[in-house]
Amino acid sequence: MAPKKPATATGPAATSASTSTTTSSSSSQIDKIAGNIFQHYQKTTPQRTKLIDAFMAFLVIVGGLQFAYCILAGNYPFNAFLSGFSATVGQFVLTASLRIQTTEANKSEFPLVSPERAFADYVVGSLILHFFCINFIN
Amino acid sequence: MAVDQGAGSKLPGLLVSLGKNESTKTLLKVIILAIIAAAAVASRLFSVIRFESIIHEFDPWFNFRATKYLVANGFYQFWDWFDDRTWHPLGRVTGGTLYPGLMVTSGVIYHLLRFLTVPVDIRNICVLLAPAFSGLTAYAAYLLTNEMTTSSSAGLLAAAFMGITPGYISRSVAGSYDNEAIAIFLLVFTFYLWIKALKLGSMLWGALCALFYGYMVASWGGYAFITCLVPLHAFVLICMGRFSMRLYVAYTTWYALGTLASMQIPFVGFLPVRTSEHMPALGIFGFLQLVAFLEYVRSAVPSRQFQTFLYVGLGGIFGVGLLGLVGLTAGGYIAPWSGRFYSLWDTGYAKIHIPIIASVSEHQPTAWPAFFFDLNLLIWLFPAGVYMCFQRLEDEHVFIIVYALFGSYFAGVMVRLMLTLTPVVCVAAAIAASQLLDTYLQYKSPEVVESKEEESTDGTAKKASKQGSLRSASQPVVGIYNVLSKAFIAGAMTLFLLIFVQHCTWVTSNAYSSPSVVLASRMPDGSQHIIDDYREAYQWLRQNTKEDAKIMSWWDYGYQIGGMADRPTLVDNNTWNNTHIATVGKAMSSREEVAYPIMRQHEVDYVLVVFGGLLGYSGDDINKFLWMVRIAEGIWPDEVKERDFFTPRGEYKVDADASETMKNSLMYKMSYHNYATLFPPGQAQDRVRGARLPDQSPVLNSLEEAYTSENWIIRIYKVKDLDNVGRDHAAAASFERGHKKKKAIKKRGPRVLRAE
Repeated sequence: MAPKKPATATGPAATSASTSTTTSSSSSQIDKIAGNIFQHYQKTTPQRTKLIDAFMAFLVIVGGLQFAYCILAGNYPFNAFLSGFSATVGQFVLTASLRIQTTEANKSEFPLVSPERAFADYVVGSLILHFFCINFIN
Repeated sequence: MAVDQGAGSKLPGLLVSLGKNESTKTLLKVIILAIIAAAAVASRLFSVIRFESIIHEFDPWFNFRATKYLVANGFYQFWDWFDDRTWHPLGRVTGGTLYPGLMVTSGVIYHLLRFLTVPVDIRNICVLLAPAFSGLTAYAAYLLTNEMTTSSSAGLLAAAFMGITPGYISRSVAGSYDNEAIAIFLLVFTFYLWIKALKLGSMLWGALCALFYGYMVASWGGYAFITCLVPLHAFVLICMGRFSMRLYVAYTTWYALGTLASMQIPFVGFLPVRTSEHMPALGIFGFLQLVAFLEYVRSAVPSRQFQTFLYVGLGGIFGVGLLGLVGLTAGGYIAPWSGRFYSLWDTGYAKIHIPIIASVSEHQPTAWPAFFFDLNLLIWLFPAGVYMCFQRLEDEHVFIIVYALFGSYFAGVMVRLMLTLTPVVCVAAAIAASQLLDTYLQYKSPEVVESKEEESTDGTAKKASKQGSLRSASQPVVGIYNVLSKAFIAGAMTLFLLIFVQHCTWVTSNAYSSPSVVLASRMPDGSQHIIDDYREAYQWLRQNTKEDAKIMSWWDYGYQIGGMADRPTLVDNNTWNNTHIATVGKAMSSREEVAYPIMRQHEVDYVLVVFGGLLGYSGDDINKFLWMVRIAEGIWPDEVKERDFFTPRGEYKVDADASETMKNSLMYKMSYHNYATLFPPGQAQDRVRGARLPDQSPVLNSLEEAYTSENWIIRIYKVKDLDNVGRDHAAAASFERGHKKKKAIKKRGPRVLRAE
C-alpha cells in the first residue's frame, strides 16, 4: 500500500507491457496519460504542497527499502520491522491526510478544518504514532 | 426507580418542546442523562441487594484474582506474570494470555481512590465496576444516536434503552466482573468516535478512535467485531460511490494508529498482520490508498483517458493483491480463519470439530424467544429504526444499517453475541420511537389546516407514523394536529414504554442477578433460602489442605477453585490446552485402574465433583459428563468411546440400567459414592435425572471421600497414596473391608497410558 504514487505510475506501464500484444496504441496512451498527470501536477500544485509531496515520496522510498530488506534479509526482529514499517506507513497516511486537508480543492469537504487545525491534528497523530512505535520496537 | 425511569424517558419529548431556551435544554439534558445513569446503575444492584457483594460465576473469579495480583504486585510484575498455580504442571503465562484492560482499569480506580484517601476494598471496586460503566455506556449511546438524527429526544431515549435493556444487563450486573463490563462501553464509544471522525474527516477524532480501539483491544476479544465492522462500513460506502476524502482521512488514521495500538497487547501481538480476521481491515486500507490516488488522477486527466487508466491500473493491482493474499495464506504466512470463526458461519462446525467450544452454553445458537426476552419492545422498533436510516441515508446511517445486518446475523448464531447487537438495537429503536413521539407530541399546531382529512383516517400507530414521516420528508409543515389521535398514540407509546421498563426490571431481578456461586431457593413459606455449598466447600479446601495441594476438577470450576480456595488446579476456564483438558476428561470417564495412574502422574491430591442429585441442581457434572467423554474421545478415540456410556437402547441413564462403562467411570462412582445410604433401602433417588438408584453404592478403591458439602453439591475426594505393602488399591480395599480370603483375582497392573 505504501508505494502508492510510483508503483501506480509504473504499474500500468508494466501491465501495459504484458498487454501490448493487443494494441500498441494503448501503451502510448498510457504514456500520454502519465504526461498529462505530470503536467497537471506541475501546474496546479502550490510550493508548500510540493514540499509535503517530497516528504511522502521520501517515506515511500524508506518504506520500500524496509520492505525489500525484510524480503531479502529476513524479518528476524519482527517487532522492529513491524514498528519501523508501520511508522513509515502511518506517517505517510497522516501526511497524505494533511495534504488532503490543506488542499484548496478539498475545502468544501472540510468546512471546519483550517490549515492550522490540520497541522495540529497532524502533530498529535504523529506523536501517538511514534509513541506506539517506540513502545513496540523492543 | 423503575417508574421514574419511565418518566425520564418520556419527559424529553415534552420538555424539549417546552424549553425554548438553549441553556434550559442543556440543563434538562444533563439532568435526564444523570437520572438515566442512576437508573442504569440502580437496576444492576439487584444482585447485591438480593445476595451480597460477591463476584459472580466463573470468569470473573479469574479477573478478580488477576486484579488482586495486579494491585498487590504492581504493573510490571503483572505484565510478566507466570502463574504456576494453574494448569499444573504446565503453568500459564498469564500476563501474555489475558486482556489486561479490565484489571488495569480497576487497578487505576483503586489507586486513584486511595490517592484521594477513600479507603475502599478492591473487591467492591470489582463488583461495582460493571454498573458504573453501564452509566457511561448509556452516555455513549446518547452521543452515538445524536450523530444519527437531529432530534434530541432520540439520544435520550437511546441512553435510557441502553441503560436498562436486559440484553446488556445480562453481562453487567454488579459482581459480573467480566471483560464485557467495560468492553460494551468501549464498543459504543469507539463507534461514536468513528462516526465523528468520518463526519468531520478529522485526524484528531480518528486518532481518538484509534486510542479507544486500542483500549477495546486491551479489554475484550470481541474487538474483532470493530475490526471487521469499520472496514465493512468503509467498503460499503465505496461501493455506493460515496468515497470522500473524509473517509480516507478517518479510515487511514484509524487503521494506522489503531493497528499499532492493538499490537501493544502481548496477547494480540502480531495477530493483526497474521490472521485472516484482520485482513479485511488491511485490504480496505490498501484499497483506500488506491481509490484516493484514482480520485486525484481523475481530477487531473480527461475522463476518456481516465477510463483506460482505471481498467488497466485498477484491474492489475486488484489481481496482484488478491493473488498475494491467497499466496501468503497458502504459504502459511497468514493464518486462515480460526475455528471459532468457522463456527460463526456454520453453526454445526464446532460440534463436530471442536467440542470444547461447543460445550460452552453461551456459544450455542440463539433461540428466537431470547430476542424478545432480552430486547422486548426494542426488537419491534428496531426494523422501523433501520428503515428510518434508509430514508435519510447519509454516511452515518449506512453505518447503522451495516451494523444492524452484521449484528443481527451474529446474534442469531451465538447467544453471547446478543451483547454486540444490543447497542444498535437501542440506537435504531430510539430513532424510531423519537420519530413517533416527535410527530405526535408536537405542542403547537400551525394554522395550515389543508391536510385535515388525511390524519383523521389513520387509525393505527404504525400507519400513522409512516405517513407522518413520509410527509415530513416531502413537506415539513404537515403534521398531526388532532388532539384525539395525538393523545391516543402518545398514550399507547407511554404504555409500551412503561411495560418495557417493567419487563426490564422483572428480567433483571429474576433472571440475571443470580451470582451462580450462591444459589437461592424458596422455603415452603416463601422466604428465601440460600444454598451456599460452593463457598462452603472451597473454604474447606482453603483451610484443610496443603498450600500446594493440586485439585482436579472439570475445567468449569478451575477459576473458582483458584479464586476462592486458592489452590492449584489442573485445568480452568482459560481453555488454552485441549489435550490437558482431555486428560482430565479421560481420568473422569475411565475406570479407576486407568484413572489412578493419570492422577498420580499429575500429582493430584484431591478430586472435586459437583453433584446435584440430592438437591435437583441440574448444572452438575453428570449432566456435563458427555462433554468430558467427547473431549477425551477427541484425543484418545480408541480408549474412550461415547457410545459405551449409553445403554444398548441409546439412553443416557444413571440408574440400574446404566451401561457398565458408565457405572465403572470415576465420575459416576464419585458422584454416587455412599449416596444410597442417605435414603431408606430402595428409595435412593436422583432428583435431577429422576432416576431410582440401586441400593448398592459404587465402590471406590483408589480414592477416599474427604468432604461433602451440606447439600451434597460439592464432593471432594482425596487420592490415596500407594499402598504400603505394594498391593493394588482394589486388593487393599477389599482387605480393609474384611474379605480376608485371598481370592484368585487376576491382578491387573496399571495399564500403560502414555507411551513416553
